[in-house]
Amino acid sequence: MAKTIEEINQKIKNGSAVILNAEEIIGYVKEKGVKKTAKEVDVVTTATFGPMCSSGAFINFGHSDPPIKMGRVWLNDVPAYAGIAAVDVYIGATELSETEGMDYGGAHVIEDLIAGKSVKLKATSHGTDCYPRKEIETFITRDTINQAYLYNPRNAYQNYAVATNSSNRTIYTYMGKLLPRFGNATFSSAGQLSPLLNDPYYRTIGIGTKIFLGGADGFVSWVGTQHNPQKERLANGTPTGLAGTLAVTADLKEMSTKYIRACIFTRYGVSLFVGIGIPVPVIDEEMVEFLKVADEDISVGIFDYSVQRRNKPSFGQVNYRQLRSGKIKINNKQVQTGPISSYAKALEIADLLKEKIQSSKFYLTDMVQPLPLECEYRSLEILSQEEL
Amino acid sequence: MLKKKLVLSFPEKVVTKPITYKLVKEFNLVFNILRAEITSDMEGKMLIELQGNDEQIRDAIDYLNNAGVTVQEAAKDIMIDMDKCVDCGVCTSICITQALYLDQKTGKLKFDKDKCILCELCLDCCPVAVIKVNI
Repeated sequence: MAKTIEEINQKIKNGSAVILNAEEIIGYVKEKGVKKTAKEVDVVTTATFGPMCSSGAFINFGHSDPPIKMGRVWLNDVPAYAGIAAVDVYIGATELSETEGMDYGGAHVIEDLIAGKSVKLKATSHGTDCYPRKEIETFITRDTINQAYLYNPRNAYQNYAVATNSSNRTIYTYMGKLLPRFGNATFSSAGQLSPLLNDPYYRTIGIGTKIFLGGADGFVSWVGTQHNPQKERLANGTPTGLAGTLAVTADLKEMSTKYIRACIFTRYGVSLFVGIGIPVPVIDEEMVEFLKVADEDISVGIFDYSVQRRNKPSFGQVNYRQLRSGKIKINNKQVQTGPISSYAKALEIADLLKEKIQSSKFYLTDMVQPLPLECEYRSLEILSQEEL
Repeated sequence: MLKKKLVLSFPEKVVTKPITYKLVKEFNLVFNILRAEITSDMEGKMLIELQGNDEQIRDAIDYLNNAGVTVQEAAKDIMIDMDKCVDCGVCTSICITQALYLDQKTGKLKFDKDKCILCELCLDCCPVAVIKVNI
């Protein structure tokens, strides 16, 4: 028996919807079977909380008097991109401070704004007849600026990779500090809780889907960059490595530093912890087959990050249950593992979203357009014009 | 029974003497070497945990001082600001003794201070900088 989103929303409205998080559904299906679960459960909440470099915020400051067409812009000494209209900028999460280097970056500006702290705005311009001002220095907060919203081009990666280091020296990467001679291995996925691993063929998550982003209600705004749906998959539909991605957006002013946090990876740089929650409607039995996925059913490749090439040597596949046990085997050596994404935070978000839906504060949406199941994933080659 | 963590520094002129051997043999102490290294200026450093009664430990420290070994209480402590921690768990991959670990059910970070050997590998791995060394 298929359910429509409209029917599910009606149940949410009258308070009769049955909602589980993506961890609870696993045991539920084991106990009651797929058929019964499809009938009884209406929504499953999925979530993830991890460092997502491809994040940033569009800010519109409002106009000063006399006005300025901002050419170069700094927020707490972190450059923001101003090559758009007069007082619009994009501040990228990984941009570094010109005075503090790797100790402060765009992600910190975003966190400070969300926290309600004051941020120093400096801008210069060539000056025009319509925008005569050539310089401005002032302080802003979340409440004084006209608009601010996160627009993250690539978030919520559908699976990722395990990073380790075969070399003889410690290396510092976006996957954390990797000790020499397979001293440790890190991974980054909420596994069984992760949105796109619970809807591997994007049947319900698509462009226009309403989501939880950093504490605010947001939307999937476009296909994420590097979206790679044709990555090989297991029989349960889950890809075995980097596959689908989402571009997401929501109002920064409604966010909370509980779910958006700046972070620094030593000797790598700045990134942003982003918390995302996505409700998956239980539309039919097939959806339950996907939603019942558990950590042991999701496979991911182990790669040698000491090889400084696009394609890194692989040491085979492991599943998330093995990774979460804290130990895996690489080349017959026992290696300690640790995540860089937070399962505890993901669980907190999945439960918060569940609560919001239960109390009729969050309704589901039909997607406007599905994410592609086929598309090219190109690399950058260094070519002369003649070779093109 | 007392438990004490001490940092012993062996200057170059005493590194050839069997000091640790004597410590066990003559003072009847239960003794665990948590960490040992030779620093770049050829000084030996050792983090030990001693177990014994008050008198035994005092006598052992007197012996060490007389032998030219500098004895300091291991006053350093790894401190974690759990309120600001996001429970990512990256530090658990680096913690050799598994003093830092994730609760298997909740996924929350736990710190078992007794297991910590103050290797400080975790200090520069925390993405939200909540691991600090307290001196």
